[in-house]
Amino acid sequence: MAQWIDTVAFDEIDDEDVARFDHAGRTFAIYRVKDQVYASDGLCTHEQVHLCDGLVMGHVIECPKHNGRFDVRDGRPLGAPVCEKLATYPAKVDGGRILIEIRSDD
Amino acid sequence: MSNTQSCQRGAHARHEAYRLIGGAGDKAQAEGLVNALWYKCPVPRATMKSLMQRNDARAVADTIVWYAAILASGVLAWLAWRADSLWAIPAFFVYGTLYCSPADSRWHECGHGTAFKTRWMNDALYQLASFQVFRRATVWRWSHARHHTDTLIVGRDPEIAAPRPTDWLGLLLNVFAIKHVSKELPKMVSNAFGHIGAEEKTFVPESEWPKIIREARVTLGVYAVVLATSVAARSVLPLLYIGLPSLYGAWLYLYFGLTQHAGLPENVLDHRTNCRTVIMNPVFRFLYWNMNYHIEHHMFPMVPFHALERLHEIVKGDMPPPYQSTVAAYAEIIPALMRQTRDPSYHVTRPVPKASQA
Repeated sequence: MAQWIDTVAFDEIDDEDVARFDHAGRTFAIYRVKDQVYASDGLCTHEQVHLCDGLVMGHVIECPKHNGRFDVRDGRPLGAPVCEKLATYPAKVDGGRILIEIRSDD
Repeated sequence: MSNTQSCQRGAHARHEAYRLIGGAGDKAQAEGLVNALWYKCPVPRATMKSLMQRNDARAVADTIVWYAAILASGVLAWLAWRADSLWAIPAFFVYGTLYCSPADSRWHECGHGTAFKTRWMNDALYQLASFQVFRRATVWRWSHARHHTDTLIVGRDPEIAAPRPTDWLGLLLNVFAIKHVSKELPKMVSNAFGHIGAEEKTFVPESEWPKIIREARVTLGVYAVVLATSVAARSVLPLLYIGLPSLYGAWLYLYFGLTQHAGLPENVLDHRTNCRTVIMNPVFRFLYWNMNYHIEHHMFPMVPFHALERLHEIVKGDMPPPYQSTVAAYAEIIPALMRQTRDPSYHVTRPVPKASQA
């Protein structure tokens, strides 16, 4: 079953930046790129480093530890040292808040 | 058994611990040293974001200057060679040094993807620099990722330059990259035939293996062409330009590189204790692309080379004092390596600010 979860205020994240959001024992990364928002698992698929300390460049998030890159729109890896796709989640802005959709089987 | 034989066996046994298979990796894992959390100096997010910003201009300009210097020294060497002048020796020495040693720092920075903003520029210079410094590009990209995860963790870090006890012969041979190339070349040949080494398999994912094989074939193909040209021309000249500089020009990157970690403690989780930041002159910093700010680089690998000095100014209050020159660093390194020859448990202890000790 899918459920929209309230995360952070849209204004809390600068343009081209990322914030960490922890929920139900899991950690997520919430991105803002211009007026769009995106969400993914919070840990890099390479060595489980928090992506919230990384750098957002356009639609690319770069991991702070080994500089592996993902496209935040679909989680696809963009080159070594990341090979494994990052799980992404639908995200939207509602009433100035960023919501992400998590399914119970995610 | 004589004392000498006993010491040699002891040294050999201890060096075995550095192996990625059958070494001390499992022990490190059990002690919580693998993929562990490392100390980070507090830097506000806004400041860090500004430090992490990429730009092409600086790296493009530096790359043009670097290759122009290689070209100019190469032309001078050729003129001296044609004139049968002994000036050809220093001219080739300068050419080889420029060809090989700065390639180490370019390989490094582009491997991190921080030199240029544009990805293909990082990748292109990474391949070129890997060739110039005689490294298998993809293997070393992954070995360096491991080096950052497990810096100086014995049995995990494949890039420990000065294992204990000190291997003086190895260090001496590496002044001209002889030990390095003699290990790297057979592996490259093996890769070209489609084999990936067991140790490499521990840190390079299978999806990358075809790339390793392809790169080895291309690299060996280039060397085969240069060698054939030399044989056909009955002259060592082509090899003096491509191939041999990776040996005779390696001394400077060894000189810079040993300052990074040599003599410092293994199996710790604070880069302030196992890396050195050394103040260098502007020429060295250009050649070394600011890798002298090595603690800062290890702590924040996202920060490009051109912002490391600024980062150093921000975090220096939470760092051990930097060495004021490479000479000052070697005044510590050489005695430390000498002592580690007979006492492998010895290491230099850096004065980490008390308030923030990890």
